[in-house]
Amino acid sequence: MTVIPVQYYLIVAAALFCIGLAISVTKRHFIGMLLGIELMLNAVNINLVAFSRHDPERLSGQLFALFVIVVAAAEVTVALAIILRVYGRFKTVDPDKVSDLKQ
Amino acid sequence: MEALIFYLFSALTLAAGLLILFSKNLIYGAFALFLAFLGVAALYVLAGADFLAVSQIMIYVGGILVLLIFGIMLTQKKEQSDDSTRHNRIEVPITRQLWGFLIGAGLFGLLVKVILTSDFKLAGDEMSSKSTIKTIGVELMTSHLLPFEIAAVLLLVALIGAAYLALNRNPTP
Repeated sequence: MTVIPVQYYLIVAAALFCIGLAISVTKRHFIGMLLGIELMLNAVNINLVAFSRHDPERLSGQLFALFVIVVAAAEVTVALAIILRVYGRFKTVDPDKVSDLKQ
Repeated sequence: MEALIFYLFSALTLAAGLLILFSKNLIYGAFALFLAFLGVAALYVLAGADFLAVSQIMIYVGGILVLLIFGIMLTQKKEQSDDSTRHNRIEVPITRQLWGFLIGAGLFGLLVKVILTSDFKLAGDEMSSKSTIKTIGVELMTSHLLPFEIAAVLLLVALIGAAYLALNRNPTP
């Protein structure tokens, strides 16, 4: 059934991971960095699912990817709450300008 | 045919990622992330993970992306102007762009070299075309029961923590 080798999935996932890394390095915005982190988590999930294709009885890779999705959802809610608090205190979303624990 | 669809959705995903990287307006980035999530869901379907693809669309597109767009809109700058290209604009200094490109391209080169030179001995048999929902349900309730419960507790902790953090506890201007 499957004709696509696993290396193709790995290369696509590597490219997506590097794009996400470049996004979270270059963006000077907290939410821009979060977008990059979400992209990186998705790239890792592609790897897990691609290897899970060869494990049809246990599906360990897909279960791990499911837990990664759960942790990503928890992470993004807490991160957004923190970003909103930081924005309320410092009135900025630039990570370079937020360098104090207390104002 | 399957390879063609694979290439199409890979190209869609990577193009959406590059659009996020090069777009100046963060809202456009968020909508490009929507495209990227859809492309990743299609790649899951091509890899035989149907339940995971539907979860991806429901959780990421329906939950996380909406939260991110909320976050972008709630952190608008105070000085509003009528120029529609002015909002959410982020200036990227050229040195940081250079570092981002260097790190991204360098890591990509390294990863591609490792992937192409490695020789995967995949022992298991290929996935048949049946649905994965039954297997995932049985595995979640038997051998992965402890991570499942820990994930439930983690979600509860994240819910309470996010609600507590986002409360306006000191309404100073």
